[in-house]
Amino acid sequence: MLDPGTIGLATAVFVASTVECVEACTIVLAVGMTRSWKSTIVGSILALLALSLIVALAGVGLRNTISQSLLQLIIGALLLVFGLQWLRKAILRESGLKAKHDEENIYRREQEEARQASHLMRGGLDWFAFVVSFKGVFLEGLEVVFIVITFGLSASLRNPHSMFIASMAALAAFVLVASAAVIVHKPLSSVPENLLKFAVAVLLCTFGTFWSTEGLGYFTTDHDSLEWPGGEWSLLAVLAAWIIVSTLSVRALRRLYPVGVSAPAATGAVK
Amino acid sequence: MRYLLGFFRFWYDFVIGDCWQIAAGVIVVLGCGAWLAHSQVIRAALIPPVEGIGVVLVVVISLLATARGRAG
Repeated sequence: MLDPGTIGLATAVFVASTVECVEACTIVLAVGMTRSWKSTIVGSILALLALSLIVALAGVGLRNTISQSLLQLIIGALLLVFGLQWLRKAILRESGLKAKHDEENIYRREQEEARQASHLMRGGLDWFAFVVSFKGVFLEGLEVVFIVITFGLSASLRNPHSMFIASMAALAAFVLVASAAVIVHKPLSSVPENLLKFAVAVLLCTFGTFWSTEGLGYFTTDHDSLEWPGGEWSLLAVLAAWIIVSTLSVRALRRLYPVGVSAPAATGAVK
Repeated sequence: MRYLLGFFRFWYDFVIGDCWQIAAGVIVVLGCGAWLAHSQVIRAALIPPVEGIGVVLVVVISLLATARGRAG
């Protein structure tokens, strides 16, 4: 059960979910403390229900309709595109060419917008608080859902419990972050978000590279998945390669472009 | 029509984001891999590592292009 793939799966989903939950929490806290907790909580719960439905429908639907290698190829390619976007931004942040994510700054901006918005009431709810919390939780959660489905489905080809493990890892991250937010009652800016984003990006790229290239076996005559030399253990080599590439890229960019540009701080769902 | 465009716009932003070159690069690299797998030009066991190197090149090229644009 505890093979490298399963450990990597649980770690990647947990860390990715933690990052997204921290961002969603910032929005929920800002709107809840400025407007209405009732409307904010209703919006957040509805978003979580919608996300759970997507996981259930997409997970079962995709698993039962596509061949193993094609599933690996499609999911691996999506994961790779998604992961490379994260990695590119993480490397640019570390090399000073892009502003780092600042939860305190985002929190202040969200609160300012919440104060200035109109107080329209619909169905007994503060509509602004409801819509912003729903959108915030749904959009941040959609990335978690994407990662849970892609990781869970791809790994389920080797381990039938992968979807369950991925869902539980995401749930554990949600419970951890939500509990911390309830206790401290302010944005979780002490979470090393930029470092976590870097780690998630490397993990997404690792699994995306591994699965998408295995899925290329769909184009062989027997349509069976290709095998990396060393099987699943080569995941460690791919991981090490991505860490080395990322580290060298940061160093090279710092040396090539030593003067960082003053990019605006990242906000909301923008990574 | 507006909602349909909004729907596609959302998924484009979600998956492809602000650097379409990465998505295009991944498609090119995997396309080459599909051809390698189909034509059996090299041993099947070599395709995954070769593809991995191709993907690394995609991210390096996109980084250099972005950095040059921002710093310049």
